[in-house]
Amino acid sequence: MKKVQPFVRRLGQVCLVLIGATFLVSVLIRQLPGDVAVMINPAASLNERAALRQELGLDRNYFSAYWLWLSQILQGDFGFFIFGGKVLPVLKTAIPPTLQLIFYTQIVALSIAIPLGITSAYRQGARFDRFTSTMLFSLSSIPNFGIGLILSLLIGVKIGILPPSGYRPISDGFLQHYRLMVLPVMTLAIAPISTYTRLLRAEMIAALREDYVLLAMSKGLSDRRILLRHVLRPSCTTLMTSAALSMGGLIGGALVIEIIFVIPGMGTQLAKAIGTREFIAIQTFVTFIALFYVTFNSVVDILIGVVDPRTRNRRA
Amino acid sequence: MNQLLKLADFSVSFATPRGNLHAVRGVDLVVAKGESIGIVGESGSGKTVLSRATMGLMPSTATCTGLVEFNGVPLSNLSRAEVRNYWGTGMAMIFQDPLTSLNPVRRIGSQLMEGLIVRLGMPKKQAQARAVELLERVRIPDPYAAMKKYPGELSGGMRQRIVIAIAIACTPELLFADEPTTALDVTVQAQVLELLAELRQEINMTMILVTHDLGVVAGQTDRVVVMYAGEIVETAATKDLFANMKMPYTEALMKSIPRLDQSSGQRLRVITGRLPDPTSPEPGCSFAPRCEYATDKCRAEKPPLVTTQTGHQYRCFFPIGGSL
Repeated sequence: MKKVQPFVRRLGQVCLVLIGATFLVSVLIRQLPGDVAVMINPAASLNERAALRQELGLDRNYFSAYWLWLSQILQGDFGFFIFGGKVLPVLKTAIPPTLQLIFYTQIVALSIAIPLGITSAYRQGARFDRFTSTMLFSLSSIPNFGIGLILSLLIGVKIGILPPSGYRPISDGFLQHYRLMVLPVMTLAIAPISTYTRLLRAEMIAALREDYVLLAMSKGLSDRRILLRHVLRPSCTTLMTSAALSMGGLIGGALVIEIIFVIPGMGTQLAKAIGTREFIAIQTFVTFIALFYVTFNSVVDILIGVVDPRTRNRRA
Repeated sequence: MNQLLKLADFSVSFATPRGNLHAVRGVDLVVAKGESIGIVGESGSGKTVLSRATMGLMPSTATCTGLVEFNGVPLSNLSRAEVRNYWGTGMAMIFQDPLTSLNPVRRIGSQLMEGLIVRLGMPKKQAQARAVELLERVRIPDPYAAMKKYPGELSGGMRQRIVIAIAIACTPELLFADEPTTALDVTVQAQVLELLAELRQEINMTMILVTHDLGVVAGQTDRVVVMYAGEIVETAATKDLFANMKMPYTEALMKSIPRLDQSSGQRLRVITGRLPDPTSPEPGCSFAPRCEYATDKCRAEKPPLVTTQTGHQYRCFFPIGGSL
């Protein structure tokens, strides 16, 4: 019983966050200017418009409208596009490209930032450290769509070693898939690389001053072993939290980058849906984004408990 | 006398924004095999820096000069990577605060076995058996369970025993114990000191005990080195020192130990004043500004370290009980 409790509590939190996020979105969508009924049929009479609004549930109050949507989605009905078509098939094709983009970015960002952070902390104040931090600082101050456009133009068009835009699923062949992913992932990864490197460097520098590092040294262990076995692990919990939280920024970033690189993911679809006030579809998209964000954060929280036993008792 | 460690004109300084900080100044010391030496002095007297610098456990901001010879090998001429070969196996150290000196995210077992596997090349099974044996030796109840625990799950006394077990894991010849009992309860202090004494006898280890507690030194050591402002100001066989101290600083340290036979209303004795500024050494005796016997000579001229026939050394122009 005692073991189940934190899990149940966590699940409750997840549900609350999801309901809060989707409700907020359903209210906000209604604030968008433009009458959906007019957009569908500009020539409709006043009575026809009222009938259309009623049909779409636009005449209901916020709570009632939200409840309508919620009860449908809980029954597995993901809604429809006002301008025709179901949301579910679109969702099915749009989720994989976005998820791939985000996961590749995290993997690339972490696998570049961890060695950079460790080395910068070890060589604190040395040329390598100063060069890395200046470089990352200047790169991360360019907005990612700017980097995306530059990379696409420079590497994709001028040099031409990689395709400048487009998307192919993995089923079309690994090479095809990954060649197209390189530029968008590079674009998206720059900001998190910079954040992760700086965080890890600061945490490791703090940990290197701890007494247990001195004790590890006095055992006669190599610097490499001390850094990797004794310093990295207590230092990486902040990095993990930051990686989980940056998922939000990455999802937002991915939405923009998808449009630049013409990737038919959630971002492209969401932008289209917002443009045409597809309020049902927007809400469903947002639900999935929120679900993904919350799940990822919960998993990371559990992993942090595994990595650092000190955090386990604190939460209980 | 079979000498294990020799320090000659050993100095340590740190580069600080205010100039060079001289933490240890011109220390000469010879430690024989099997000997137990106490280094005493107040906080800031340089005793911890001396012990860490002797091992070579110093940050890059520190500059060490002079000679450190271990088993006839001049460590001070070796590179850091070469000196590291002596850590754990030749010399080991017990640190002051057991609450911070164990890695909080690694299990006791892995921290204990690490030295055995990495430094002695033991296979994992054998290292495990040896680790259990070490835990038994430092009297950890239920060693198998303790191996799987994290430091946060153990008390301070237990953790200090584990730090001791780690230090003696590769049977070092020389053990530095830097205030090993300061962070512990009084009852636990006695147990830990007793344990150290036993271990020292069992594996014939040489020990350098760094402490500010003269009471600890009295029971544990053959010889005492008193440090003040980075210098040795008095050294003598423990019995000789307590019976016949020469240096006013040692006397002041002794007098500042609270005693039960004092009447309860009496104020505790303190040594007034502070340690001299380690970035700008003054010309005379470094203790002169705080010494109740100091004369103009003490303030103008630095007293040399005098050695008597019995091997008692002191750095004072006007030793207590007169010079011999």
